[in-house]
Amino acid sequence: MELFIRQLINGLNTGSIYALVAIGYTMVYGIIKLINFAHGEIMMFGAYFAFLLAFTLSFNLPFLLVIVLSMSFAAILGVLIERVAYKKLRQAPRISALITAIGMSLFLQHLAQLIFGSTPYVMKPLIDTTPVVLFNFAIPKLTLLTIGLSILFMLLLSFFVLKTKPGKAMRAVSQDKEAAILMGINVDNVISMTFAIGSALGALGGIFYAMTYSQIYPTMGVLPGLKAFIAAVFGGIGSIGGAMLGGYLIGIIETMTKAYISSKWVDVIVFGLLIVILLFKPSGILGKNTKEKV
Amino acid sequence: MKLKLTQLKNTLLDPRFINYTIIVTIFLTMFLLIQTNAVNRYIYNLLIMVLIMIVMSTSLNIATGFLGELVLGHAGFMGIGAYTAAILGIALRPYIATDLLLFGASATGAMILAGIAGLLVGTPALRLRGDYLGIMTLGFGEIVRNLITNLSSITNGAQGLSGIPRIMTFSIAFWTTVMIVTIIFLFMNSRHGRAILSIREDEIASESVGINITRYKLLAFVLASMFAGIGGAMFAFKDGFLAPNSFNFLKSVEIFVIVVLGGMGSLSGSIISSIVLVFLPEYLRDFNQYRYLLYSSVLIIIMLYRPQGLMGTKEFDFTKIKAKLTTLVTTIKKRLKKGRE
Repeated sequence: MELFIRQLINGLNTGSIYALVAIGYTMVYGIIKLINFAHGEIMMFGAYFAFLLAFTLSFNLPFLLVIVLSMSFAAILGVLIERVAYKKLRQAPRISALITAIGMSLFLQHLAQLIFGSTPYVMKPLIDTTPVVLFNFAIPKLTLLTIGLSILFMLLLSFFVLKTKPGKAMRAVSQDKEAAILMGINVDNVISMTFAIGSALGALGGIFYAMTYSQIYPTMGVLPGLKAFIAAVFGGIGSIGGAMLGGYLIGIIETMTKAYISSKWVDVIVFGLLIVILLFKPSGILGKNTKEKV
Repeated sequence: MKLKLTQLKNTLLDPRFINYTIIVTIFLTMFLLIQTNAVNRYIYNLLIMVLIMIVMSTSLNIATGFLGELVLGHAGFMGIGAYTAAILGIALRPYIATDLLLFGASATGAMILAGIAGLLVGTPALRLRGDYLGIMTLGFGEIVRNLITNLSSITNGAQGLSGIPRIMTFSIAFWTTVMIVTIIFLFMNSRHGRAILSIREDEIASESVGINITRYKLLAFVLASMFAGIGGAMFAFKDGFLAPNSFNFLKSVEIFVIVVLGGMGSLSGSIISSIVLVFLPEYLRDFNQYRYLLYSSVLIIIMLYRPQGLMGTKEFDFTKIKAKLTTLVTTIKKRLKKGRE
């Protein structure tokens, strides 16, 4: 039982990271129907930004400032990618946009390899890791912070999307782009904003991922990126709540597999799960069924 | 006498005859170059690599170019083929002395197993469309790589499988490639191939003229995976060593880039871009660290400015060169005449 609860906490930790990254996938998909393969790389760049800000400057920045600054840089990167590569392809066939996204992902990976080299950087936790005792369980502070901050940001996002005017515009664009234009919504700005928010949250996920596994390297975004995408599909792509739910579920399934079956088979099981979901309920848990029109 | 001459002329100008002659000429030139040691070991290996990539890209072209479905796990089928052929090759070596027969037997096994895998993945997957199918094949490719790594009793896991007979010569590779490309070309120009093309153009319309969509989609998908299995077999016998990481997502993307660059739906485009994309990075040795940066930039730039690829859906045809040249000459003559007037 103790092992189970411990694994559950670990699962929530990984799940928070997946959920943060999955939100980026789901928001972009919801608004321009594109699987942004480069999202995992934005996550990786976010981690590099945090590393550079925290360890290469001559003065010490406070932890929260490091996070906020790296998130903003990642947001700028995300908007830049959208403007350079995806904007021109909005009217193009979806396969072209998808191929561009794959190209962008590879490009960013190898750009990072060129800039930072392929040897991993060691990411020390930016906060002290002394365990906190909660209900007789010693939980590292980092785990608590990961879960807490992730949930805080998700709540902020939900508030933003559901209660504010820009959030309303975002929902409108994802429902019907043409009608949104007629209502005087600047679609280009809304799409850029979506990329910015998604990228910022992805970067946050990347920073936590790097601190949990204490390493940063150019291809670190690939596997968690794919898994976060699976989480987004699992929860129902296009739905923000679904991405959060899917992220936590995938995180818990993964840690439980590691603990009770074998760590060798984790990837096989998660990808197998993806195939099963796609076969039986491609719309995911919270997604809506869409009928195809002739 | 005169009749015989016209007959001879007709045979000589027959497109098929021209194509056969050109293929044989290419082969003989390369063969002579290799025999006289004008081509060193390094380039020899690269040539075989080009042929393997031609097999891989033309086979992916059936599913991605002609059928129009996104397949991101082609390296998975290649891996299945490679490991099957390698294991068969090691097991059959004591019984079959001839290299060609050994390759034939192992490649057949590889083709069958990769085809079965294609059938197993394709049957459920082809209900999905577009990006979902891409994601599913991506997941399949990753599963295959993980299975190869984990089933270490059969595949020797992450350390890699060694001791595979190195029987892949240029001649075997060349004629295998010619055979596969010819089969794909003839198939795509048959009524079945046209049915597949019509599905790409408009699924609903082709269904309403009585084409069995599911069957033809599956047919294209299974054919693509079978030929990928043969490509994998060629790869296995080239170096005598296999590692699971040779068949990762990056490999699938590499094959995909070749198809996109050459033009989705053009076999000659795939052949040309295979040659370019295998040789170019090797000749820019100092440039090697930029290799994938180049690949990815090429991919993005092509999608932005020429989404149909180098050749589009057109085929390069030797037999039409003469006709094209004559039209070119006449237009130049006309221009010159105009200029004089």
